[in-house]
Amino acid sequence: MGRGRFVDAEELMEKNEGFMRALKCRECGREYPLTASHVCEFDFGPLEVAYDYDRIKRSLTREAIQSRLKGMWRYRELLPIVNEPTVGKQVGFTPLVKADRLAKRLGIRELWIKNDTVNYPSLSFKDRVVSVALSRAKELGFDTVACASTGNLANSVAANAASAGLRAYVFIPSDLEQGKIMNSLIYGANVIGIKGHYDEVNRLCAEIAGKFGWAFVNVNMRPYYAEGSKSMGYEIMEQLGWQVPKHTVVCMASGSLLTKIQKSYQEFTKLGLVDETEFHIHGAQATGCSPISTAQKAGLDFFKPVKPNTIAKSLAIGTPADGFYALKVMKETGGSADDVTDDEIREGIRLLAECEGIFAETAGGVTVGVAKKLIASGKIPANDSAVLCVTGNGLKTLDALNGTLGSPREIKPSLREFEALVATEAKAN
Amino acid sequence: MAKKVRIPTPLRKLTNNEEVVEVDGATIGDAITELQSRYPGIKERLVDEKGEVRRFVNVYVNEEDIRFLQNQATPLKDGDEVSIIPAIAGG
Repeated sequence: MGRGRFVDAEELMEKNEGFMRALKCRECGREYPLTASHVCEFDFGPLEVAYDYDRIKRSLTREAIQSRLKGMWRYRELLPIVNEPTVGKQVGFTPLVKADRLAKRLGIRELWIKNDTVNYPSLSFKDRVVSVALSRAKELGFDTVACASTGNLANSVAANAASAGLRAYVFIPSDLEQGKIMNSLIYGANVIGIKGHYDEVNRLCAEIAGKFGWAFVNVNMRPYYAEGSKSMGYEIMEQLGWQVPKHTVVCMASGSLLTKIQKSYQEFTKLGLVDETEFHIHGAQATGCSPISTAQKAGLDFFKPVKPNTIAKSLAIGTPADGFYALKVMKETGGSADDVTDDEIREGIRLLAECEGIFAETAGGVTVGVAKKLIASGKIPANDSAVLCVTGNGLKTLDALNGTLGSPREIKPSLREFEALVATEAKAN
Repeated sequence: MAKKVRIPTPLRKLTNNEEVVEVDGATIGDAITELQSRYPGIKERLVDEKGEVRRFVNVYVNEEDIRFLQNQATPLKDGDEVSIIPAIAGG
């Protein structure tokens, strides 16, 4: 296999299903063909891609992975498309940053930031899921793609659809941050603002998806789409030197990313790419939209839907589709959950920026804020090591910080004025 | 005027591809029972063994989730629109 290719094409084409076997209901196990469909006809359970792990094991070794391009597609066999990726080939392999200064501030021995604020091309982890969803949509013959979004997904669908020459419709709550709206409009996508919160956008999109024959990335393409999140976990393990981290903190909106991080750790373990080890996955929410963390703290295995009210708009899903499974993952792995207020979210954003030079959006502030709480309470022991998944870029949610950072001190272009300023401030301190 | 129920794609095989069905039931629970009598098999898709609306089924009356209303006891009046929608992923 030559450098610059992701995987041997002949191996892939051996079956026209790639390394996939079927779509399978997570509830009852009924299997369906690999089409654009997301719900079991019998119990409405979500469909998930089932793979042929024996074939994957023969093809996916550490050596094979390391010989490939540095991007999420180096784990190609574990991502649900048949042929080589056609959309988002450069996505992923974002930095895993050893965060010593933040570790000291939070009081933990070792801390890492998986930095998807610099994911390509649209600066959030959503490029991972969209790359898979659009590559698969093209394989299935769609020319129009769509999504319901709290912002980041809209940005990513708009950007990746533009580069792939696909028509895009993105549906967002109309009160999103200006940065998120502009970041969808610039790519020429059809941006539809819905006067309502995300759960209402979602409901409408489910109805639109039933009527229009489009590839809705998080509706009928969801089984493929959701799998893209696993690549964040694969990268974390490879970047840690082929190890599963002891603790991982993940922010939760629908809860999907958290469940896929667990799946990535389980798959690498099953394939022998990492040693089997105990790991804990912790979930982070904003207090203003915390159906999952509230249920986790109360020891429940189901959540009560809420009406969101938080500055963390990218996490503002009151009826989280994967909430039930996220609770299960935290229970199974001995993880915990917590939530933080808007002020604590802003403090989390500042802590990460001031300690590590990483500017995260509000969801990143949620992750840092919750990690701080979990470390302080001993739920993540101080002598352990943890990875924080930081999923989106702060330049997209400037609105949330408006008026909270002070403003620059203005002076004339004069050395004397600057010296006076320094002298005054030295006196004040 | 009766109440309208929008049938989601995965259930239309049971309703002879009808997208909208009219019912008379006075509550969501009644409407589900009525749907079952006309389209046998539909109830077990929506409701589990304990009689609760399934975990991955969201039911709305005039765009409001019944979990914010009175669940299956939510009253229906003429002209109301009921939507049955599978839970969908985040974004």
